[in-house]
Amino acid sequence: MKILTGNDLATGDVIWWTGSGWSRHVEESADVGEKGDEIAQTEAAARRVNGPYIIDASRDEAGIRPAHIKDRIRALGPTVRLDLSLKPADPTVGTWVI
Amino acid sequence: MYRYDHYDQAIVDARVDEFRDQTARRLAGQMTEDQFKPLRLKNGLYLQLHAYMLRIAIPYGTLNSRQLRMLGHIARTYDRGYGHFTTRQNIQYHWIKLQDAPDILAELATVEMHAIQTSGESIRNISADQYAGAAADEICDPRPWAELIRQATTFHPEFSYLPRKFKIALIASPTDRAALRWHDLALRIVRNEAGEEGFEVFAGGGMGRTPFIAYPIRAFCPADQIFSYIQAVLRVWNSHARRDNIHKQRMKILVHDLGHEEFTRQVEEAFAHILTLGTDFPRAEYERIAAYFAPPPFETGLPDEIDRADPDFALWVDRQTAPHKAPGYAIVNISLKRVGGIGGDITAEQMEAVADLAERYSFDDIRVTHGQNLVLPHVRKQDLYAVWQALDAAGLADVNLDLVTDIIACPGLDYCSLANARSIPIAQKIAQRFADIDRQLELGELKIKISGCINACGHHHAGHIGILGVDRKGTENYQLLLGGSGAEDTSLGKITGPGFDEDGIVDAVEKTTDVYLRERQDGERFLDTYRRIGVEPFKEAIYG
Ligand code: SF4
Repeated sequence: MKILTGNDLATGDVIWWTGSGWSRHVEESADVGEKGDEIAQTEAAARRVNGPYIIDASRDEAGIRPAHIKDRIRALGPTVRLDLSLKPADPTVGTWVI
Repeated sequence: MYRYDHYDQAIVDARVDEFRDQTARRLAGQMTEDQFKPLRLKNGLYLQLHAYMLRIAIPYGTLNSRQLRMLGHIARTYDRGYGHFTTRQNIQYHWIKLQDAPDILAELATVEMHAIQTSGESIRNISADQYAGAAADEICDPRPWAELIRQATTFHPEFSYLPRKFKIALIASPTDRAALRWHDLALRIVRNEAGEEGFEVFAGGGMGRTPFIAYPIRAFCPADQIFSYIQAVLRVWNSHARRDNIHKQRMKILVHDLGHEEFTRQVEEAFAHILTLGTDFPRAEYERIAAYFAPPPFETGLPDEIDRADPDFALWVDRQTAPHKAPGYAIVNISLKRVGGIGGDITAEQMEAVADLAERYSFDDIRVTHGQNLVLPHVRKQDLYAVWQALDAAGLADVNLDLVTDIIACPGLDYCSLANARSIPIAQKIAQRFADIDRQLELGELKIKISGCINACGHHHAGHIGILGVDRKGTENYQLLLGGSGAEDTSLGKITGPGFDEDGIVDAVEKTTDVYLRERQDGERFLDTYRRIGVEPFKEAIYG
């Protein structure tokens, strides 16, 4: 699947396109199919996202998993500071990245 | 240390106002990201993996306690309670919001700090010996010159749109603690036969994709002509640089392509012309600046003896302190390399603890090192025990300066959008493997440097053991380099062979140290043994 990501313009937070808006949680991403560029353009012009780009991802039992490690780290947070990640209470979450 | 005058403050304040306006216009949609990006980069603001990243300049690595407290305040108020010291003696914060950036810059301006020229195609923060003004082996304090050069090159119209970034380092000791010859322009203060101070000049160094060690281009430039000489170097580069190809824009490529003899000839020609223009620093201006760096009022008659009854303290003294030029004083190195921690990271509370110690025990003076540690440059030996205890209470009394766990590592793929692989977890695994202090001391001086991509912010080319993270078909892979140095015996590390995965690289480092322990002769450091026996025995152990 193809999903769309970028950063919130004002806060810099990593955000993911849900089909109707933006979420900080990658598991809420929508498959943008062939529509990614069009959505990216509209949303960037409306300042709802900064630097949007389309990535490959897959869906498995754990949710949506970006194909590249860089985007998995973006989705979670630094692997060396899991206390600052989006899932600080989950001790196994680091293995999802690698 | 230098204090802003009316002009400095006015310039920095105006810059904050300007950026506040630019940020408001971006947030209001009056500017696109393409228009805004070069403006934010001119103020040190990057967009990284998790948020904006703000890099703040620490000129020649010198801070006072007020400034360090402000850095702690910024960490706590606008970031996530910590900051990260970089290999250019700067600090960066990785969780900054764009909407807060103008306020942060305004707060910094109140303590005479800014983020100007910490990014972009400009002359970056001038790095210097962290022991400046304290080292027993220095000719003079190099910082007045660093400050003069900083002032003269900041916002200089000729150097505002350089082909690429430009890095200057300046030292005044035979011992190189600043990775001197890895800079575009490297200056070492020396004395000629007549006893006059001047500069030995090297040019064309740099790491990155195409590493070069700076060539010596002038054995002695009189001190009162150095700005003409610097202008000449920049002018030759600015005139000929390959602005069409990002990989060829750095000055090192020009020096290499022209050949350093021809480059030097052209510099000398430009120098002869610029000298006639009278743009050098007047002596009175040097003296005005130098007065800010006058030695603090060192006490005389202090005891040199240290009570070494506490063995942990004695161990720390032996490793973490260095000789001071004033009798009865020592230079204290504060490790930011706790095993299991993140090298160069420091919490807001730790910044405040160090600021308190500097104020009380070190004439309000703190230094940042390119090795991502801190220094209290002027501590009375009789105060060392109290300083050590306070550092210990703040989690800052680790003993590992220049040992195998004192690893330089760039932020890598955990934070950096340019990265191919993570650096910090590799540093952590190596540190854990070698955590035992006796083992570290047995290995002696061993500098490991790790970068998460070819840009080499982690100085892997200059590591006795260097590690470079690469992307191999979407997975992290690590190349091993041996034999680099960033000290006065500068050398370029060589790749040993095929790369490793995360655990494999840690094993490879251990096998490398095993060869050293087996082969070393009396008094040899790792690097000495490597240079004597060559790479083959190491390759055999690693790949054999
Ligand atoms: S070396 Fe590469 S990964 Fe490391 S901080 Fe520099 S650009 Fe980022």
